[in-house]
Amino acid sequence: MKKKFKFRFTRRAFAYPYMIFLIVFVVVPLVIILINAFLDDANKFTFQNFVEFFTDAGGGLTVLGNSLIIGLVTTLICLAIGYPVAYLLAKYHANSRVFVLLFILPMWVNFLIRTLSTKAIFMAMDVELGMGTVLFGMVYNYLPYMILPLHTTLCSIDHSYIEAAEDLGADKMTVFLKTVLPLSVPGIVSGITMTFIPAISTFAISEILSSSKIFLFGDAINMHFSKTTNSFGVGSVMSLVMLVLVVVANVIVNLTSKDEEAASVL
Amino acid sequence: MDDKIIEIKNVSKSYNNKPVVKNISLSIRRGEFVTLLGPSGCGKTTTLRMIAGFEQPTSGTILFNGEDITLLPPHKRNINTVFQKYALFPHLNVFGNIAFGLKMKTIPDGEPTTDKRGNKVQKMRHLTKSEISAKVNAALKMVDLEDYGHRAVNSLSGGQQQRVAIARALVNEPQVLLLDEPLGALDLKMRKDMQLELMQMHKQLGITFVYVTHDQEEALTMSDTIVVMKDGEIQQIGTPTKVYDEPANAFVADFIGESNILSGTMVKDCCVEISGHKFECVDKGFKSNEPIDVIIRPEDIKIVETSSKQCLVEAEVLSCVFKGDHYQVTALTFGDERNEIIIHDNVEVKTGDTIGLYIKPFDFHIMHKSRLINELDGEIYDRNIVSMCGGRFECVTDLPESTQVRVKVDFDDVELTDDEEDGTIGATIISAIYKGSYWQYIVRTDNYYDFFVDNDYEWSIGDRVGIKIAPEKIIVEEVQHSEEEV
Repeated sequence: MKKKFKFRFTRRAFAYPYMIFLIVFVVVPLVIILINAFLDDANKFTFQNFVEFFTDAGGGLTVLGNSLIIGLVTTLICLAIGYPVAYLLAKYHANSRVFVLLFILPMWVNFLIRTLSTKAIFMAMDVELGMGTVLFGMVYNYLPYMILPLHTTLCSIDHSYIEAAEDLGADKMTVFLKTVLPLSVPGIVSGITMTFIPAISTFAISEILSSSKIFLFGDAINMHFSKTTNSFGVGSVMSLVMLVLVVVANVIVNLTSKDEEAASVL
Repeated sequence: MDDKIIEIKNVSKSYNNKPVVKNISLSIRRGEFVTLLGPSGCGKTTTLRMIAGFEQPTSGTILFNGEDITLLPPHKRNINTVFQKYALFPHLNVFGNIAFGLKMKTIPDGEPTTDKRGNKVQKMRHLTKSEISAKVNAALKMVDLEDYGHRAVNSLSGGQQQRVAIARALVNEPQVLLLDEPLGALDLKMRKDMQLELMQMHKQLGITFVYVTHDQEEALTMSDTIVVMKDGEIQQIGTPTKVYDEPANAFVADFIGESNILSGTMVKDCCVEISGHKFECVDKGFKSNEPIDVIIRPEDIKIVETSSKQCLVEAEVLSCVFKGDHYQVTALTFGDERNEIIIHDNVEVKTGDTIGLYIKPFDFHIMHKSRLINELDGEIYDRNIVSMCGGRFECVTDLPESTQVRVKVDFDDVELTDDEEDGTIGATIISAIYKGSYWQYIVRTDNYYDFFVDNDYEWSIGDRVGIKIAPEKIIVEEVQHSEEEV
């Protein structure tokens, strides 16, 4: 008799709010972007937006190239600074999160406020705003995202591997190169993704810290969607390009981490 | 033959002032199979790690071929280790793991030449690829894994990983191989097979093996020499037969094999009294009426007819369990003080039967008691209160405040409570030995004083208990300072 109610409150029900959220705020906007990419100002179907972007008519491709280069440089600097920091933290303060916290602390400040203050400091020091200051701002912003995964991976390396290497005749340098470094590859990979992907799509940092002299892909998309330019079509194409880049980057990461998983299955 | 390859001299190790290894000395002969045996936390692994070079002793020296290697880093020692959890590099395949050490090795290249200044110069070179692969393949063959070179280490079973770990260590041709509980993760059958294989390898290679285990059977099967450790101290060093047949103390007897450990008194030479019964034994040189511990192995007790001439003592059967090659009989002796005895024999008996027991004189192993009474230093805190071991105990005394005193408490007089809060101070049980009619515990207080406690109730090692002592049972004596004051 009680079987009248068709809706049963199972665990699956907990997923519905998020599903709705996902559809409204992720799927629908993506579809709108996709449609927009094929529409001209008069809302007619066209390939013109793609032609305009890929022929670099509005300088979109150049901006993308610049963004990729700056993203790459930012990631490399973050890795160069972050790895030693994460290594030392893992080696000497494996049990204390306090030092790690010191490096994550800037993340708690809103990034606009952070970037504006950085600009203020540079202005006060009479540093000319340009490529250098933009890179500084980017590294400052994304360094914690590099340190965190590296630190986690380095901490999880079983000390017995290091002892085994020493036991087999490796000195400190060889132990690092032949065991610690290869074993921390998953951390390096996720550190790079967590830095590179946001770095290529960043906006505002470049604008603020170069007084709008340096224009990155994120800024370009932002501009196309602003009311003054009102070129939603090209902006949508650029957004799609960005999306493809992110997907490609994630696929690469997944492939590498799958190898790692296969290797670490006991 | 006195060819010592490793000598450990007065080595101690503490972590944060907590002693883990206490002043141990040990010599290991070349080619010997030595096993460090003891319960977990006895310092055996720490000792092994000091030989390997992963830990440095707080004090003492370690000699290798007569040279001091106490502070030498592990990569400079011609010693290799098989780790407890193998520690195979997950980023390398089987071949890469075994070749790891070889790739760093340098060997003399050609004859030594003399340079212009007249110094002898020995060119060194790395091994060539073909040399490495020949050695790795030979090592793989030795552990029966010939075709596994290309396999990922994590795709191997536990036993195979174990073999790779052994091959990885042995391929470097070390003079000493250290093995840290290498068979702990394997199942019983696999463990037995590996035991035999390791013994075979030891015989074939002729190098020194230092083996760490808590498994007494493994130690008895494999070793030339067993070093029994407890609490960072060596209890006994000897051949398996010696350690089994003539345990140095109650701990060793209890840890190695099953045994009946009873309290007794040595009436005179060759005569021991246990719970009112006198027995003939072969031990001499004890003080008359000295309280001692008697150890009797279960298989040394014969079940005989009560009417038989051999019958030394009668007992009532509590249980009889078939164990494959023998029956395990638990019996309670008759007398004023009844002792529970475990017997291994081939006869089946019924519960409730009365049986006679016969033990040959040389099967009574008599040992000095390690302590007769708990003795510790304290201070009178207040009227009738003595402070010791970080607690304040009520006692009966006329001594004034702040007198330094020596406190004595009999084993029977220390009460243990289940709830730590019920006792005057808290403590941890670190040893429990059944003595036929009661348990003898060693309980360690938080400031590292060990109380010996005789008690009827059963606790396990590691349990937290409270210690209570009746005021009239605390014997307080003033410490005489007269000599020091002069």
